[in-house]
Amino acid sequence: MLSANLIFTISLAYVALLFMVAFVGDRQARTGQSSWIQSPVVYTLSISVYCTSWTFYGAVGSAARSGLEFATIYLGPTLVFIGWWFLLRKLVRIGHVHRITSIADLISSRYGKSTSLAVLVTLIAVIGTTPYIALQLKAVTTSIQVIVSSDPGNLANPPSDQPASEIAFWIAAGMALFTIIFGTRTIDANERHHGVVAAIALEALVKLLALIAVGLFVIFALADGPADIFSREAAKVLQTEDMFDARWVALTFLSGVAIICLPRQFQVTVVENTGEDQLRMASWLFPLYLMLMSLFVLPIAIGGLSVLPEGADPDMFVLTVPMSVGQDLLVLLAFLGGFSSATSMVIVASIALSTMISNHIVMPVMLRTPWTSIERSGDVRRLLLVSRRISIGVILLLGYVYFRLSGKSDALAAIGLIAFAGVAQFLPPLLGGIYWKRATATGAKIGLATGFILWGYTLFLPSFEGDLLLSASTIEHGPLGIGLLRPQALFGLTGLDPLVHALFWSLSANVVLFVLCSLLVEPKPLERLQGTLFVDVFRTPAGDEHRFIRRSASAEDLFILAQRILGAAEAQRLFREFAAGQGSDSDFPQPTDAFIAHLERRLAGSIGAASARAMVSQIASGETISLDELMKIADETAQLMEYSQEVEKKSIQLEATARELRRANQRLTLLDAQKDDFLSQVSHEVRTPMTSIRSFSEILLETRDLTSPQAQRFLSIIHEESLRLTRLLDEILDMNLMDRGEASWNLHELDASVPLSRAVETCRGLARSAGAEIHFGEPASAIVMADPDRLQQVVINILTNAIKHNTTAEPEVHVEGRLVGGEYVIEISDNGPGIPSHLRPFIFEKFQRGAAQSSTGGIGLGLAISKEIMKRLGGTLALVEDDGPGTRFRIALNAKALRSVAQRQNQAVE
Amino acid sequence: MTTRVFIAEDEPNILESLSFLLGREGWEVTSALDGNAALEQLNNQALPDVVILDIMLPHRNGFEILRQLRASPRTSKLPVIVLTAKGQEKDRKTAQEIGADAFVTKPFSNRDVIEQVKKLAGL
Repeated sequence: MLSANLIFTISLAYVALLFMVAFVGDRQARTGQSSWIQSPVVYTLSISVYCTSWTFYGAVGSAARSGLEFATIYLGPTLVFIGWWFLLRKLVRIGHVHRITSIADLISSRYGKSTSLAVLVTLIAVIGTTPYIALQLKAVTTSIQVIVSSDPGNLANPPSDQPASEIAFWIAAGMALFTIIFGTRTIDANERHHGVVAAIALEALVKLLALIAVGLFVIFALADGPADIFSREAAKVLQTEDMFDARWVALTFLSGVAIICLPRQFQVTVVENTGEDQLRMASWLFPLYLMLMSLFVLPIAIGGLSVLPEGADPDMFVLTVPMSVGQDLLVLLAFLGGFSSATSMVIVASIALSTMISNHIVMPVMLRTPWTSIERSGDVRRLLLVSRRISIGVILLLGYVYFRLSGKSDALAAIGLIAFAGVAQFLPPLLGGIYWKRATATGAKIGLATGFILWGYTLFLPSFEGDLLLSASTIEHGPLGIGLLRPQALFGLTGLDPLVHALFWSLSANVVLFVLCSLLVEPKPLERLQGTLFVDVFRTPAGDEHRFIRRSASAEDLFILAQRILGAAEAQRLFREFAAGQGSDSDFPQPTDAFIAHLERRLAGSIGAASARAMVSQIASGETISLDELMKIADETAQLMEYSQEVEKKSIQLEATARELRRANQRLTLLDAQKDDFLSQVSHEVRTPMTSIRSFSEILLETRDLTSPQAQRFLSIIHEESLRLTRLLDEILDMNLMDRGEASWNLHELDASVPLSRAVETCRGLARSAGAEIHFGEPASAIVMADPDRLQQVVINILTNAIKHNTTAEPEVHVEGRLVGGEYVIEISDNGPGIPSHLRPFIFEKFQRGAAQSSTGGIGLGLAISKEIMKRLGGTLALVEDDGPGTRFRIALNAKALRSVAQRQNQAVE
Repeated sequence: MTTRVFIAEDEPNILESLSFLLGREGWEVTSALDGNAALEQLNNQALPDVVILDIMLPHRNGFEILRQLRASPRTSKLPVIVLTAKGQEKDRKTAQEIGADAFVTKPFSNRDVIEQVKKLAGL
């Protein structure tokens, strides 16, 4: 019989040993002599924190009650470590690359460093872990009670309640102290706790040894070997009928999920990992450890059932079986094994939770309060440490409170499974986060929250006995008697094991909503970015993020921040190292993007990605959050793409423009040649009359013996040529005005016959002097839209040509004005020599003297001008091609209405 | 022996003034009003001492006539004065290249023309 004092003394001595191991481990890690601490064996042993007192004591209890069901708890993790090794490796890689500090950090970081998601995960983790911690307290307390207050003959009676809470309280306090001392010694950038890991590894060995020792004792001391044990009556418990049913599958699944999602498992597997090669050994060594742990569960259970009296608590068989035969030393070892199981779990879990609470709840709250207040209060680092220490205390206090409230709850295993189902809610956002880029924060949040609420309603709340949170009637008949909402038969789903029922509803709702919302909501740029970095972690080199985000800050400001979180010495070292890396021996590095990103990751190691981001962002370029900038960059990229498209479009346009320019240039060259031609023509046209004028005037001046008729003749030539010159200049000016669109037009409705008659009258004098006869009958009257002077000019022009160039003996000109269809047509024909057919196409061009082969000339511009005028009046001027002699021109204008003189007179009378 | 001058000029008034001027010097003047007629007369009739050749002639311009004259051994040395109303440097150059002996721009000075004819006729 062991006394209470002895138990306490032994416990204290054991704790002292743990302290020593942790201390040595920490010191060796700090001084760099950490070879054994970083060995894969220690790493693997630390993962065995999975095997808590629930496993240590409860597995035997479970086996005694439900046979092989206990094996599921070992099977799930074994399958994961062997079969899903690549998943763990990916988690570890992501953890390293992104300096992940906890499962909450991983999920929040993946989904755009979402603070709210981190808070949600932290809350679920705390609520899910609290019963688990209570479970450990209960296990240790019960074990002490069993050893101290019960004699082997009275093992069937449950120990009294009164001292239990006291014992539990002191155990909780002791664990809190240990955790605070070794879990929060420093704020490490990687959130690693080498000392704690070393102590946990030792505890792993102790619990394994204890269980093996008890098992061997049962098999070889109480029985005659394995065959004997399994042939006992009690072994019938193994032949339960409902083996491998839905519950069995659910349990295997749950335990497999737990080894990934439990905050403490994430802590030891991912956060405390110092190299991926560690995982390689763990992938076979940890399953081996689990196998050894499970090997003796059945023998001990069968031994307990057959040796101990009816009604003895099977959850305590590991202790009570050796007690029953007075093996004090074995009892002590078994106690220490259970104690180790409990303490290692509590320590790691509270470290993991305190990290989450301080990083994701305390820090964001502090950051919400104005920055200056933190500045005045000094060291953020101290604040972090204090908040972590308080968190640890609060977590253990919560565990203690839960223990008090649910003290009478039955099997240990039940509480453990409730916790498993709670953290299983992390699985969809976790797996989705590292394998599915489209997964979004909204999906994760809604899925998690819904899964969590369903878990709480269908499993967690009903676990409280009595009417504490959910009354018995609510569980029986549903809230307000609504049967569909019965917590353990939701929506009429009855006949299921409560655990399977809860798991089914919570996880399927979680998964469906997660996937649905992810598909419906567009991920934000940062989510997209982080999603890519996480999913493609093996493709993306570490620290690529800074490529996407440009920030600026002064090195001094960054140093002040780093000092607050990392401590002055550490911050100084970090800054110097980076400056050296930049090739400078200054204390401060250039605050490049790379440095800011590096610093942010270092800080993220201490305070979580979301908080680090928020803090650095406050300094870096004074922005609130870099999402805006990311958007800007995305915009810039889009703009760049648009710009390059535009450039392409422009270059096409440019080509078109170049082509147009070439064409324009060709036209200009042509026009230039035409202009030169025109000038040359004008020069010729002017020089010709000038030549006659000069020559004859010289003759007149110099020749004394000119006869009077000679002088008369020469003077008339001079006069004629000067008139020709004047006309030419008038024409050039007129042409120029018309070309430039500056000629004045006096357009109005008029009777076309009026300007026609006037033009004929004007030319009668010329005709008389040329001996030509004009035949002009009464023209038809019609209203046309025209400028009367211009129309008259055209008629005169053509009439003059017809008279002047008619070289026949009896020149005749015919003029008529008629209505043909809707047009007023004026035809002017002569009986002259006509225009040679090869010249006809050119007669309307400037200075083409088609008909002027002969003498008088001067029609250089006349026809061109007349043609232009008719065009402006909306009419036509054409040479009528016919076989007859002479030349026939036709002028045509749209006639608006035709009215004979008679009609006009009639109208006047009316 | 009388100096004979042939004039190819399509402007009647200019031809009249030239004929008057040269005739007053006591020279014999023959003429043509277009390119074809000018070439035909020069090829088929007795050669003049000097030819006054306008460039802007109908049917066949002065340069063409000059080229033909220079191509034929009979007329290759025939003294030719080119007359032009364009007065462009380009024309003067062309005229020189194809063998014009003198170049007169309209409007000309009567004295100039007579001087040029005298020079070419060796008077």
